[in-house]
Amino acid sequence: MILFKRLVPVVFAVLAATGPASALDIDVTTFKLENGMEVVVIPDHRAPVVTHMVWYRAGAADEAQGKAGVAHLLEHLMFKGTSKYPNGAFSRIVRANGGNDNAFTTQDYTAYHQKVMKDRLPLVMELEADRMQNLELTDETVLPERAVVLEERRQRTDNEPAGLLHEQLDAAMYNAHPYGKPVIGWMSQVSKLTRQDAMDFYAQHYEPANAILIVAGDVTPEEVKTLAERYYGPLKNKRPLLERVRAEEPTPNAERRVTMQDARASAPSWQRQYLTPAARHLPQREELAMSLLAEIIGGSNQSRFYQTLNLDKKLAAYSGAWFDADQLDHGSFGVYAAPNPGVTVEQVETEIDAILADVAARGVTQEELDRSRSNMNASAVYLLDSQDKLARIFGVALATGQTTQDVLNWDEDLATVTVEDINKAARTVLDRKASVTGVLLPEEKSQ
Amino acid sequence: MELMNRLPMSFRALVLFAGLFFASATGASAFTIQEVTSPGGIKAWLVEEHAIPLLAMNYSFRGGTERDPAGKEGVSEFLTGMMDEGAGEMLSAEFQKKRDELAFRMSFDAGPDFFEGGFQTLTRNRDAATDLLKTVVTAPRFDVEPLERVRQQYLLNVKETEQDPQSMAWQVWMEDILPGDPYSRRDGGTEATIAAITADDLHAAHRRIFNRDTLQVSVVGDITAKELGPLLDKLFGGLPETAAEQPELPQAKPVMGPMVKVIDRDIPQSVIVFGTEGIKRDDPDFIPAFVMSEILGSGGLTSLLSEEIREKRGLTYGVSYGLSPMGRVGLYAGSLQTKNESAGEALDVAREVIRRYVEEGPSQQDLDDAKTFLTGSYALRFSSNAAIANQLLGIQQQNLGIDYVEKRNSLVGAVTLDQVKDQAKRLLHPDRLIVTVVGKPQGVK
Repeated sequence: MILFKRLVPVVFAVLAATGPASALDIDVTTFKLENGMEVVVIPDHRAPVVTHMVWYRAGAADEAQGKAGVAHLLEHLMFKGTSKYPNGAFSRIVRANGGNDNAFTTQDYTAYHQKVMKDRLPLVMELEADRMQNLELTDETVLPERAVVLEERRQRTDNEPAGLLHEQLDAAMYNAHPYGKPVIGWMSQVSKLTRQDAMDFYAQHYEPANAILIVAGDVTPEEVKTLAERYYGPLKNKRPLLERVRAEEPTPNAERRVTMQDARASAPSWQRQYLTPAARHLPQREELAMSLLAEIIGGSNQSRFYQTLNLDKKLAAYSGAWFDADQLDHGSFGVYAAPNPGVTVEQVETEIDAILADVAARGVTQEELDRSRSNMNASAVYLLDSQDKLARIFGVALATGQTTQDVLNWDEDLATVTVEDINKAARTVLDRKASVTGVLLPEEKSQ
Repeated sequence: MELMNRLPMSFRALVLFAGLFFASATGASAFTIQEVTSPGGIKAWLVEEHAIPLLAMNYSFRGGTERDPAGKEGVSEFLTGMMDEGAGEMLSAEFQKKRDELAFRMSFDAGPDFFEGGFQTLTRNRDAATDLLKTVVTAPRFDVEPLERVRQQYLLNVKETEQDPQSMAWQVWMEDILPGDPYSRRDGGTEATIAAITADDLHAAHRRIFNRDTLQVSVVGDITAKELGPLLDKLFGGLPETAAEQPELPQAKPVMGPMVKVIDRDIPQSVIVFGTEGIKRDDPDFIPAFVMSEILGSGGLTSLLSEEIREKRGLTYGVSYGLSPMGRVGLYAGSLQTKNESAGEALDVAREVIRRYVEEGPSQQDLDDAKTFLTGSYALRFSSNAAIANQLLGIQQQNLGIDYVEKRNSLVGAVTLDQVKDQAKRLLHPDRLIVTVVGKPQGVK
């Protein structure tokens, strides 16, 4: 049953530097139930608490045409009830047992999670296993919840110019792939979703073989195995798993630009995203080279952006860069800046273009690499303080076609990245034809 | 895309103080709090946790944004932005380079009553990192270049806050309920006050805030009591013994409604803030009142307000209504967002739910469920070093005693139905709410 049983490697790095101090044993254990459900156990014995999560390999990008938002609507509806636990009993029971619960939906996966005292783990497993197959919905429960989701959309997106622009950037980035539609769905489509739409999505995707169980906290792998076999083991797959085939995104041929003027914006802002491969399509070393590139360009106060835009030229009040390839089909590399009062978006963009061109043409330095690598290593140690975040890292990896081995090899692979790897990443990723630039402007252009 | 009830409480005070209670622990805590007194007489609460080579420290001084001098509103927040811009002999760039090399985390936050610091370091860099932090705490620099640079950031922040519908609704609500009180000023200042802040103002604010007299510290992580003492002296021993003399601020006097104010904004969804006077943390009936308020309007989906407004009618993504105890006043405030067309309806339902709760109170079952949740979930809030440090500082600030973590669940467990009903009658005044709506609401009265 045990595929991996070793320390999380970042801890080795720290211990190497501190000498043999108190070792933190995080023995990550993974195994599969007979019905195909994957299980990951991450022990953390500091407090008598467990985080229990079930991830489904199904998200907004798996929705049928015209049904934008149904994955997320279903996530809300999963709290409505089964014949055994009807009328919203799920959250009430978790709460009555002193637990917290919540859920989230992305393009590629939907996850449900509870945090409870360790002796309540069997209870939340029973509840979660029950709603994997026995959800019951009526129009009386679906319609008010659909209205809630519309309010959620107004709150996150329609009331917020930055939210609206973000949605348009993704739409412009993808010509064919479903990542171009928002996870929460378009208002016009969400408002027409039905009980049947939700049940169809449920029937297609909510199966044990399509699910990942993650338990982090004060448990042993043996305890989890016994409980998982008891509660999730008996669930049968009702239909063969569908292969996740999404419309392929054609090679991008032209850079795109989205400009939004909105009276509600308080100041101009600028951002750009570049399309990249997904992590599962990249050797981890190349993926880490891109992360280091983002760190060097805009990840700290020592970065190229901060030193030039914020410090030397006083063009931007805020600036930064990021890289995220933890999706199934594509990732993105992003840069952004907020101009100082009195500085135009054009001035900032010109300077950013110059910095990026310089990085692509002349590359980064060994000193930049060493510093950024050390920052990333330190961040990994801080991460160990959070049971939830650790659990999420493994969940995201498995739900986006990566492996626990990728996570466990993270620091070894990071150590092998060279300046040339980063320079190659810069030349590849900073391709304007694969980019969308977004500009948000207040209504009256004061500049 | 998270589901659920993480309501964006843009009103800082609510987050700060409500947090202590949503974030509390079970009697059967898995850790021991030691009170450490340094050789130099500085006290701290310590929880040793050697499983991870990290240390988390939270500390605070009394006197937050409410103490910003008139005309210098925003200076405390400005100070938070200047604390990593050079200290002692180190200019900004040199300081930041060293901080990044040592990979420690340092943050500052200016609340209405307390100015707080957060600090995390890897064990292997602890000595060097605390050397730097000591210099920051005792001798921050306010050089011209960083000051002007940071000023630009705060000018943008002010504009953003003034434009944001949630911030706007909370700001106006505060001005209506506490007119003229320092609590209802703009914490982050205005364009005019930010433009006027000088290095002297920042030095004065630093001198006003950083002193040993009102210092409170909690530390969690890979350090022993013996190691912590000298570290406390190093960090804080160089601070002045007492704060600069300043007059006591009077208790704040909330206005009672009814009052409804609409601020016209072209947005599809109205932001509604409502509430009345509440109670302070030192009120003898605070715990029963807190349990009463949780049943009615906690952030969760199972509160009475959420049940009627969200679950049954689909009128909002989230509604919450809770106590907000501050140093000189207690408030009782709530918020929800709903499409303009249903603003009046949502507010009417809220008033009706509150009215019924005053008349009938909760059922015994409601109370029992709330108590099991509140007691059972207390421990969940202590599951990381950073979370424990944060909890323990809050308990010190509220003067609840080092045994509070152990006592807290029995206090909640002892609350009776009669107490809850009494508190509902005492604190809820649905006909006298002060209401602020930002948007184009229909039917609001």
